[in-house]
Amino acid sequence: MNAVLYWTSTIAKSAYILVFPLTLAFFLAWAERKQSAVMQDRIGANRAKFLGRPFLGLVHMVCDAVKMFVKEDFVPDSGHRVLHTLAPFLAMFFALITFAVIPFGYQLTIAGETIGLQVADLNVGILFIFAMASLGVYGMVLAGWSSNNNYALLGGIRASAQMISYEICIGMTIIGAILALGTLSMQDLVIRQGYHYFGWLPRWGVLLQPLGFLLFFIAGIAETKRVPFDMPEGESEIIGFNLEYSSMKFAMFLFTDFIETVLIAAVTVTLFFGGWQIPWLFESGFVWPWGGGWEIHPNVVNILRMAAFAAKVTFFCWLMMAIRWTLPRFRYDQLMDLGWKWLLPLSLANIVVTALVVLLVN
Amino acid sequence: MAVQNIIKVAARRREATLGFWERVYIFEVVRGLWITTEHFVGNLYYHILKLFGIIKVHPLTPTIQYPEEQRTLAPRLRTLHRLVRREDGSPRCVACMMCETVCPALCIKIVAAEGDKPQIEKRPKSFDIDMGRCIFCGYCVEACPEDAIRMDTGILDIAAYSREGMVLDIDTLLSLQPAQRRTDKEVDELQRRLLQ
Ligand code: SF4
Ligand code: SF4
Repeated sequence: MNAVLYWTSTIAKSAYILVFPLTLAFFLAWAERKQSAVMQDRIGANRAKFLGRPFLGLVHMVCDAVKMFVKEDFVPDSGHRVLHTLAPFLAMFFALITFAVIPFGYQLTIAGETIGLQVADLNVGILFIFAMASLGVYGMVLAGWSSNNNYALLGGIRASAQMISYEICIGMTIIGAILALGTLSMQDLVIRQGYHYFGWLPRWGVLLQPLGFLLFFIAGIAETKRVPFDMPEGESEIIGFNLEYSSMKFAMFLFTDFIETVLIAAVTVTLFFGGWQIPWLFESGFVWPWGGGWEIHPNVVNILRMAAFAAKVTFFCWLMMAIRWTLPRFRYDQLMDLGWKWLLPLSLANIVVTALVVLLVN
Repeated sequence: MAVQNIIKVAARRREATLGFWERVYIFEVVRGLWITTEHFVGNLYYHILKLFGIIKVHPLTPTIQYPEEQRTLAPRLRTLHRLVRREDGSPRCVACMMCETVCPALCIKIVAAEGDKPQIEKRPKSFDIDMGRCIFCGYCVEACPEDAIRMDTGILDIAAYSREGMVLDIDTLLSLQPAQRRTDKEVDELQRRLLQ
């Protein structure tokens, strides 16, 4: 592959995978208001207007951004200035960097060269995700510690306890998926979900690992630190690690939650819902299970697949938002019970059963 | 000890009332999601219809878009006060201080002056109501022997940029009109009929 194509494609891919979660997170911040309103028989934000129209409440998001930028950026006198500033950047960085290994499509053929639609095709991609997600907790802990505020510190400790408890479960369920599909590379994981049972039922991870999907999704929601698992923040009453934050730094923590929502949705889709796969769509076009087909140019196929990936991620973001606005918050002991007494043993059992089945089938 | 027993009993009772499948919770979550999703889809359908102008009013949301839409007020609702005028235009108030005395929020301040007609002994020189303190109890209206103060303007959005701005003086109070299109005479007539 020539250097020009290599660099332009890499930059384009990086830009895409950076803009995609950020855009989705922006719309999630909007959906937080509007979707909750629609679910609760309200109307939702519609007062801020541009040219006399509320644009479905999107103008509010612009106003919010302006507000966040012009607010006072406060650092407590007795806090640690450097770490206090670093913490939100860490949280956001580790959430965003994880997208590097998410395959958002298969490949495109440009000027005779194939370009894999994934920024970094690591052969241990799934472990990279796990590692980065674990590092993300440092943002919360540092935020709690550097504020020199007891409540913030307690929030940080709650965050780290929760994250560690649920990361174990995430790791275990991922192992189940890896065993079932037999690879660690994200792209291969998706490719191996492209087969069909009986010629029509797509072999998505959720069929191989129904329990694994459920456990991963629950633990994933806990990782995003949003209701019903929002103990670290508890913005309505118990006060969390971001207590001493204001202005854009506060917004970055807020935004990190949304980016993590997109991330969990993307990983769920990649592991359990066939990533960019569309049922019955192969490299040369659709092949209907009842015979016949529909020939499509391979590049068009792959653009369709990118769209499918985006649509699936959007759906899961919607689902997580619906869960967030349906359930009340867990109590802290319930949270720990759920993590250690239910999810962990179940995910261990899941691994054992999966391993046995894989052994017997092979 | 006693407290712990109570907690234990409460926990046991709660567990007794929840069935196994409810305690597993997952299915209850799905049921809850089903309900909220039903609302979401139903509301979204009408929101889209409204967006394209097919319907004017969303039938499922009870929201009143406040400054543009106002809810209809009950005729007896206590709203901003006004002072009633006589037929010759002078205030009915005879500065008897009944309302000032009865007001539990101490927000009425009246300065009395000599009446300008022989049959009117006193008149209010100034009559201030501090709306920042008023609790809308309506006692002033009840207390007035002359039916000179009424709370029927239908005005609820009372706001000002300062505390002083919340104090309404006699000219403002006299200039306010009743919300219903009834003249003071008709109201008097109505009240007389009701009292009989
Ligand atoms: S309504 Fe009650 S509080 Fe208000 S001025 Fe009359 S008596 Fe005072
Ligand atoms: S009770 Fe009536 S007449 Fe007496 S001072 Fe108050 S408003 Fe005037």
